[in-house]
Amino acid sequence: MPKIAVAMSGGVDSSVAAALLKQQGYDVIGMMLRLWSEPGKEDSNRCCTPDSMAQARRVAAKLDIPFYVVDAKNVFRETVVQYFLDGYARGETPNPCLLCNRQIRWTFLLDHALALGADFMATGHYARTTKDESGKVKLLRAVDESKDQSYILHVLTQEKLQRALFPVGDYPKTEIRRIAESFGLPTASRADSQDLCFLASEDYRNFLARNAPEINQPGDIETTDGRIIGQHTGLANYTIGQRKGLGLASPVPLFVITKRSADNTLVVGTADELGFAELVARDVNWVSGTAPSAPFRTLVKIRYTARAVPAEVAPEDGNRVHVKFDAPARDVTAGQAAVFYVGEEVLGGGIVV
Amino acid sequence: MIYLDYAATTPVDARVLDAMTPYFADSFGNPSSVHRFGQRAEAAVESARETVASALHCRPDEIIFTSCGSESDNLALRGAMMFGLQNDRPWLLTSRAEHHAVSKTAEQLEKYYGVQVEWLPVDAHGMVTPETMRRAVCDGTALASVMLANNEIGTINPVAALASICRERGILFHTDAVQAAAYLDVDVTQLGVDMLSLGGHKFYGPKGVGALYVKKGTRLVPHTTGGGQEFGLRAGTQNVSYIVGFAEALRLTVQEREGRVAHVQPLRDQIIGRVLEEIPDAQLTGHPENRLPNHASFVFKDADGNLLLQLLDAAGFACSSGSACKTGNPEPSEVIAALGLSRDWALGSLRITLGKDSTPEQINSFLNLLPSLVEKSRALR
Repeated sequence: MPKIAVAMSGGVDSSVAAALLKQQGYDVIGMMLRLWSEPGKEDSNRCCTPDSMAQARRVAAKLDIPFYVVDAKNVFRETVVQYFLDGYARGETPNPCLLCNRQIRWTFLLDHALALGADFMATGHYARTTKDESGKVKLLRAVDESKDQSYILHVLTQEKLQRALFPVGDYPKTEIRRIAESFGLPTASRADSQDLCFLASEDYRNFLARNAPEINQPGDIETTDGRIIGQHTGLANYTIGQRKGLGLASPVPLFVITKRSADNTLVVGTADELGFAELVARDVNWVSGTAPSAPFRTLVKIRYTARAVPAEVAPEDGNRVHVKFDAPARDVTAGQAAVFYVGEEVLGGGIVV
Repeated sequence: MIYLDYAATTPVDARVLDAMTPYFADSFGNPSSVHRFGQRAEAAVESARETVASALHCRPDEIIFTSCGSESDNLALRGAMMFGLQNDRPWLLTSRAEHHAVSKTAEQLEKYYGVQVEWLPVDAHGMVTPETMRRAVCDGTALASVMLANNEIGTINPVAALASICRERGILFHTDAVQAAAYLDVDVTQLGVDMLSLGGHKFYGPKGVGALYVKKGTRLVPHTTGGGQEFGLRAGTQNVSYIVGFAEALRLTVQEREGRVAHVQPLRDQIIGRVLEEIPDAQLTGHPENRLPNHASFVFKDADGNLLLQLLDAAGFACSSGSACKTGNPEPSEVIAALGLSRDWALGSLRITLGKDSTPEQINSFLNLLPSLVEKSRALR
C-alpha cells in the first residue's frame, strides 16, 4: 500500500483528508510545518500556533497515525518573508502564499515526506486532479466552487502534481463537515481570512513598518495626466483600485491606478481609467510541463477572489505571457497571480508584472 | 516498533501491576482514616516505605512519597533553600547539565525568592568534578544539587566525593537519582547524600509517583501544605496503589540489577563501537566509561536531530535526542550546550537507551539502518 504524508493544520479540511486516506487503507503519516513568526507572536500565527499543533496532534492520535512537525522557520523567513518585503519594495502587492506553496509546502515539506518514505503528499486544499491517457496530471477546480483553491495551486509543476493528492476537493464543504463529525474529528475551520499567517492578524503595514521601514517612504500623488495633487504616506499602504483613504479633494472620485516605484509616485485617476486592457505575467508555470506554442483563448483570474474573465493569452520567451482582456479588467495588481482556466482545468499562471 | 527510549520511560512490569491492582477498588481506604479500610491502606503505604528504605539503606521515616521525580527535586531545593534563606545561607550550587526539574527550580528560586545560584561548570563529558565543587563552596552555601547520572548524556557524577566536600562544610547535598536508579546502586550511606530523588516510571514502575530520601535531621520547609501526611513534608492523601507499585518496582530493580546491567551493557558497547566506527563525523556525548550501562548518546555534525528522530520513527525505531521537541523547534538542549559543542554539532543529537527487553537482534537491525538515516538527515538540513 502506498504511503501518504498528509500536511495537517489541525483544521477540519486536512483532518478529513487524513481520515479519508486512512479509511481507504493507505499507510498515512501526518506532518505539520512550523513556520516563522515575529518573535513573541508565535501564538497568533494563523497556520501553526501551539493550539493548532496540539489540535493536529490530537487528530493524528485519533486516527492512529504518526505525526511529525517539521521546522521551516529559517527557510520560511529567508524565502517567503523576504519575497514579501522585496515585493513591496518594488511597489508590488506580493502574494507570499504562492511562494510558500511552491517552496515550502511542495518542496521543503514534500522532500521531508519523501525522506520519511512517503510516495505521495496530500493536503486539505479544495482542488482536484485527474490523469490523462499519457499519465500527465491535470489540475482541476474543486467540486465546491465557493471553496475552490486551484488558483493558489497553479504554481505546482507536473513533477509535484505527480505526488499530490487533494482528497477534500471532491466534496462540498458541508459534506466535509459531515464526514468530520462521522469520524469524531474537530469540525472548526480556520477563519476564512486571507491574512498572511505571519502577520498574526495584524495590518501588513505595521509589519512593514517594523521589519522594513526604509521601503515605505512618503511621495507624490499624481494624476494620469501628470499633475501632482497630493502626498502619499508610502506606496505599500495602497492597493490598486483603492478609493477610500487617499485624502484628496477632487470633484470626481479618484482611484489608485498604478504604483510607480521608480520615482515613488502614486498615480490616481477616474473610474474609467481604472481598467487594464492587458497585462504581462512573469515566472509562468504551465501545469502540463510545456508552454503552449501559440496564443490561445482562455479565462483569466487575476486575484484569488476575482471572477475569471475572457482573454487571449500569448506565450512569450523567458517564461512570460502577454494577456489581452476582451474587456478591460479592473484591479490588475502587480505581484498577484494571473491564472488561466479552460473549463474546470487550470492550465497555469504567472505573477503580474 | 522497536523501543529504544527507556530513559524517557519504561513499561510497567507485570508483577508491579499485579501488586498495585488490589489498591484501586478493593483496599481503597484513605491511609489517614481511623477505620479498618484506612488501616489496610496505611499498612500498604508503610510497608512500601520499608521496602524503599531497605533498597536505599536508610530508615523508613526518611522516605517521602511524592508524585514524581520532579516533585521530589522541587521539595529538596525549595525546602532546603527556604530554610537556608532564613539562616543567612542564600547560596545554591548546581549545574546547567541538571534536569530542568532542578535547573528551572533554581532559576525560579533566584528570580522570585532571593536565592543566589552559582552554576557549577561541567567538563567536556558533562561531569561536575570535586575540584569544581571545592572551589565553589562557601559559608553562605545552603545546598548543592548534582545529579547522580545524567538523563541526556548518561554521565555518572562522582557524587560520593562531591557530597563529602559539602558535608565537611556543613552544606546539604541533594542528588537527582531519577535516571540512575534503574542501573546504579542508590545506597544513600555509600553516597553520603542528605537528599535523593527517585521517579517510579524509570524502573518499570508507574508514572505519577516518586520519592525523596531526606536524611534524618535535615530541615526542610514543605512546599505543599495541608494535612500532615509524609511527616508533614508533603500534604495530600497518599496515592496508595502507585506507592505500592513504586516500592515493588524498586524492590525488583535492586534484586535484578546485576542481571539487567549484564544484559544491557554489551548491547550499549556494541552501539557505541559501531556508531563511532561506521558513521562519519560522529561523537559520543557524555563520559566514555563513567556512564549509565544502558545509555548511548551521540552528536552527528550537520545533521538535523529532530528529523533523524522522525526518520527513525517512520522506520520503526523509537529514540530520543538532546533537543527532543515535538513541536519542531530545534534548539540545542542546555545540557548539550553545556558540553561546549558548536551549533553544527549540537543540533544533531541522538540518544539510544536500552531496557531489559532489548535484544541483540533489535540492536543489530537498528545499527544496520542508522548510518543511512543520519546521511538523510544531513542531506535535508
